[in-house]
Amino acid sequence: MSVVDDESEVAAFPGQRPPRASVGSHRIEEEVFGKAYDPKTVRRIWAYVKPYRLKIYLAVAAVLIFTGTQLAIPLIIGNAIDTALVAGGDPNNLLWAVGAFAIAVLLNFGASWVQETQVGQVAEHVLFDMRRAMFAQLQRVSLSYMDRTEVGRLMSRLQGDVSAMQEFLETSVISVGDLVLLFGIVAVLLSLDPWLGLVTLITMPVLFIIRIFWLPPAKRAFWAAHETNSLTAGAMAEGINGVRTVQNLDRQKVNFDLYDDKAYQNLRIQLTGSKYAQVMVPIVDTLTGISMATVVVVGGAMVLNGALQVGVVVAFLFYVQRFFDPIRSLTMQYSIMQRAMTSGRRITEVLDLPTVIEDKSDAKVLTGEMDGSVEFRNVVFGYDPKRPVLKNVSFKVNPGETVAVIGPTGSGKTSAMALVHRFYEVQDGAVIVGGHDVRDVTQESLGEQVAMVLQEPFLFTGTIFENIRYNKASATREDVIAAAKAVGAHEFIDRFANGYDTMLEQRGSNLSLGQRQLLSFARALVADAKILVLDEATANIDSYTERQIQKALEILLKGRTGMVIAHRLATIRGADRIIVLQNGEKIEEGNHDQLMELGGLYSKLYNMNYASFDDIPDEMVAGTNARESST
Amino acid sequence: MITLKAGRERSRGDARDHVAAAHAGKGMAPLTRITLFSLRHPFQAILAVGATIIAAILQLTIPRLLGQAIDQAHNVLSVAGDGAQEALLWTALTLLAASVARGLFTLVQNYFSESVGHHVGYELRLAFYDKVQRLSYSYHDRVHSGDLITIGLLDLDGLRMFFSTGLVRTILLVVLIGVGAWMLLSTDVLLGLLALSFVPFVAWRSSVAQLTLRATWLILQQKLSVLTRVMEENLGGIRVVRAFSGQKHELDKFDTASKAALELAHRRVRVRVKNTSMMTFSFFAAMGLVLWVGGNKVIAGEMTVGTLASFLTFMTILQMPVRQLGLMVNSYARASTCGERFYAFLDAPVEIEDKPGATPLKISNGVLRFEDVHFTYPGSTVPTLNGISFEAKAGQTIGIVGAPGSGKSTLAHLIPRFYDITSGRITLDGQEVRDVTLQSLRRSVAVVQQDTFLFTTTIENNIAYGDPWAKERKIERAAESAQLHNYIMGLPADYDTVVGERGVSLSGGQRQRLSIARSLVLKPAVMVFDDSTAAIDAGTEHRIRSAIRRFASDRITMIIAHRLSSLMHADLILFLEDGRIVERGTHEDLLAQGGRYRALYDLQTRPTDDLEAAQ
Repeated sequence: MSVVDDESEVAAFPGQRPPRASVGSHRIEEEVFGKAYDPKTVRRIWAYVKPYRLKIYLAVAAVLIFTGTQLAIPLIIGNAIDTALVAGGDPNNLLWAVGAFAIAVLLNFGASWVQETQVGQVAEHVLFDMRRAMFAQLQRVSLSYMDRTEVGRLMSRLQGDVSAMQEFLETSVISVGDLVLLFGIVAVLLSLDPWLGLVTLITMPVLFIIRIFWLPPAKRAFWAAHETNSLTAGAMAEGINGVRTVQNLDRQKVNFDLYDDKAYQNLRIQLTGSKYAQVMVPIVDTLTGISMATVVVVGGAMVLNGALQVGVVVAFLFYVQRFFDPIRSLTMQYSIMQRAMTSGRRITEVLDLPTVIEDKSDAKVLTGEMDGSVEFRNVVFGYDPKRPVLKNVSFKVNPGETVAVIGPTGSGKTSAMALVHRFYEVQDGAVIVGGHDVRDVTQESLGEQVAMVLQEPFLFTGTIFENIRYNKASATREDVIAAAKAVGAHEFIDRFANGYDTMLEQRGSNLSLGQRQLLSFARALVADAKILVLDEATANIDSYTERQIQKALEILLKGRTGMVIAHRLATIRGADRIIVLQNGEKIEEGNHDQLMELGGLYSKLYNMNYASFDDIPDEMVAGTNARESST
Repeated sequence: MITLKAGRERSRGDARDHVAAAHAGKGMAPLTRITLFSLRHPFQAILAVGATIIAAILQLTIPRLLGQAIDQAHNVLSVAGDGAQEALLWTALTLLAASVARGLFTLVQNYFSESVGHHVGYELRLAFYDKVQRLSYSYHDRVHSGDLITIGLLDLDGLRMFFSTGLVRTILLVVLIGVGAWMLLSTDVLLGLLALSFVPFVAWRSSVAQLTLRATWLILQQKLSVLTRVMEENLGGIRVVRAFSGQKHELDKFDTASKAALELAHRRVRVRVKNTSMMTFSFFAAMGLVLWVGGNKVIAGEMTVGTLASFLTFMTILQMPVRQLGLMVNSYARASTCGERFYAFLDAPVEIEDKPGATPLKISNGVLRFEDVHFTYPGSTVPTLNGISFEAKAGQTIGIVGAPGSGKSTLAHLIPRFYDITSGRITLDGQEVRDVTLQSLRRSVAVVQQDTFLFTTTIENNIAYGDPWAKERKIERAAESAQLHNYIMGLPADYDTVVGERGVSLSGGQRQRLSIARSLVLKPAVMVFDDSTAAIDAGTEHRIRSAIRRFASDRITMIIAHRLSSLMHADLILFLEDGRIVERGTHEDLLAQGGRYRALYDLQTRPTDDLEAAQ
């Protein structure tokens, strides 16, 4: 046995990057910059802004006042100089000027307060409203969509995209101000002195043109910087989350070099981004310098000739120092708008997701009065209509009866269970619960009468008490404790220092799998439904806990109609009746003794004497072609 | 690989130098340490600082020049002539030159201070990444991965920006306010004081606002992370939600979390607005005073209009930097707390390292021995393993059974030194595991863990993770042995299919098989299956084992499992209880003994009812 396999060339190329290695992903982000204006998206988004439109109008009014005072202040100063300070002026006018100045300042103060408060809060409101609408929609969309979609992708819609919209809302009101300021400055300068105004403003279109050329490559550079930054961060997170595997397989050296490459590339791209951002500084300063020099030379000469008053020159100089600001922010606003439109489109995509399963307008409420029977009547169903998973399946479960559904992987067991709860719509036939077609009752009432225990016990962050009670708000603490006792979970819960108030970290990762299973049983018990649908866990739990789970199961099924996807012999033997599915068809039905007598698949499997039906090797299940899919 | 080019541009030693430098200065205050570290780029730092000072002074000359121009235009009304025109022209040219120069120096200042920040960020990231990989299992057991990510992203950022947002900005402000104040006061004390009167107020408000905003920002982040968690859990557990008709309940949870965050977000808006409005107001109020008092001075003939205008322009120039004082204060506060956390991480002791003079492991006969091994987890008082001794020879299979917490996985983790034993000896062919290099040890001992971490890359790269130089044939062979090849060939891009967080998701069993293939590529001398076939059906497991045996008959295999069918063919089965071996022997021996193993076997093979009846 050699330590390093002779096929490997570890030593052959020291310092060389291995051919099959990377750290982090090379994901290319979805499109970010689209059309800057898309009327359809804008209409949809406006629906969320509309409730706050009064505040928006108020904010726009405040912005206009604010901009007005900004325009007025240099004028007041210039005017003060010309009417009070120069030879021949009236000193009393200074008082008037300072008074006007004070009024302008107070207006400015009030307007900026109103504007920023309103805009900031409306933007936050819209952000939260949109997110809520999306979240609420996701509660209704069909499970087949949720099955196909990664949680991460949805989360980026719920977070990144709504944030882009928020940024857009915040900046767009301010943009109105910028636009007014821009035209205001032009108008004021031209009206103060058309000739001087014109020569001073020459630099403005120059900056516009420069920025038009600068913007596309700069935007790409900024976006690249943003992208590599998150890719590098992703590689780091991967290094942290996968550290055990990395050490296990001794990949540290290779990873360090690869990460170095990635981080170094990031450095280079960040520096490029900085260059693009900073190159505008001397350009703007130079143009400002040119404008100031122009005012000094041309305006000064005019003052010398007596064609212009000196206060006007002062006002000009004040304006010149400010007049590139709005151009700068307006061109940036263009990119923000492009991003917001793309985000808006993605948000509306989520809002428009089809909710395939909806209550009928005359849907009845399924009450606890119903008998608790379940019937499958010629059910045909497939995730892909062309490839049915269940082919014409019929059976009936009587009230209070426990039926075990068994069959090899891919036989359609899990799908059948999902149909009882109407997670999906049947293609043909009907699923009847308590005498009602599941399509005729409200989904909420159906959910209250059909409790489900999934194979993977899913717990939420929160206390044990909250997890067991879940949405059964009427359950008291006593009910919860009684349920926990019944399933045998009370003992270990009680051992925690905080008992039922113990916080479950990260979906219960501080509990063992078996313990999580017991909690999910207790949760189903508290829900107190007439019908229980249970997918028995296949994962290997230690035998001690497993026994507890078996006992809990019996308690859970007592007095209820039970449909159990069973894997363990113990559960199967304990059932009143057994239904054997294969390739989407029901092939056998009856109790243990009947099926053994029949001598079909069940008896064959049973006689192999494995501890669990899932342990049976595929090839021994004659005639089945177990697929790796769905279940 | 696209990244190769970047690698060739530098000498390989650089990265290691950066890591070493980041570790230097243990025990120093974080701010001192990061400053010294930033100064490892002296050329860029000097350029940045020098340019900052020059740019600030140039900026201060502009109001003067403007005032001068106004006086030149204004005064000569009475004594007109060509001289006045010429003087104006000169002033204008100086003004232009000063503006251009200021722009260029600001460019240098900004670019190089950002560049220092980016370089420092790159170097700290390397040191961080290196440290993450070095720290042993026990550190990662103690520290939550989310906290490490926060240190590596947010804290590192706070630290790397300190040079530009803290140090350079401080110099800029000192020069601007200092020299500016001197210029104003030396011209006219009273008017200078009035013009500067807004500075202390704005500086104070801005600092308070920044610190408050940062404090509320941290709380807001917490509230938002609660909201994120609610959404993530809802989407991840959507079946449970639907199964219990919990949609309304979930929306309530969402609303509670959302409302809490929204309220805080509103409060932040109010804090920000209140402060900015007050700052603007105080600035304009000071300007009004200057206009009033200065105006009177002009009327009294004590001052020229140009001087007054230059005072007003000075104020406009000072306004922005003074408002940024808060950012500077914030940068110090942030760098110091971030630095504390970051350096505490960097300085954490590495528990498991190569001994000085460690030699590579040499496998000859392939014998693994545990000699009276005791182990207690760091920070715990209860020993997890108590006097474990056994021997395994090449080609043998060892099975380990026991209740959860009996020490099975711990035992496996000691062989590749994920933890160091408290006393006793573990040897491979007579060499103590602590005396050989970690690299050679871990290449010889593969532990297939229960939870498989998938890297977001192709299946091929995932299988070749431990040996990225492996040839295609070898990868395929490993996948075949792990009974994964057929599944892979059915995927859209077979071996090039991307899996992991952002790729195709694999089922539990498929992940475990991938993990097995990953270990097989290494051709280890010792292979440990740490409950790593729990999600694989017995038939497939059986086929995997026979395939493995066919290719490496001289390997030691250790199987930890709950399912007895997984290990009943082992040459030696160890039954663990509370860290001790309580039963040992072959399957038949142990059944015959009629002890704990027998009881477990009965429990697994017979239905509950029968058992209960039997008791």
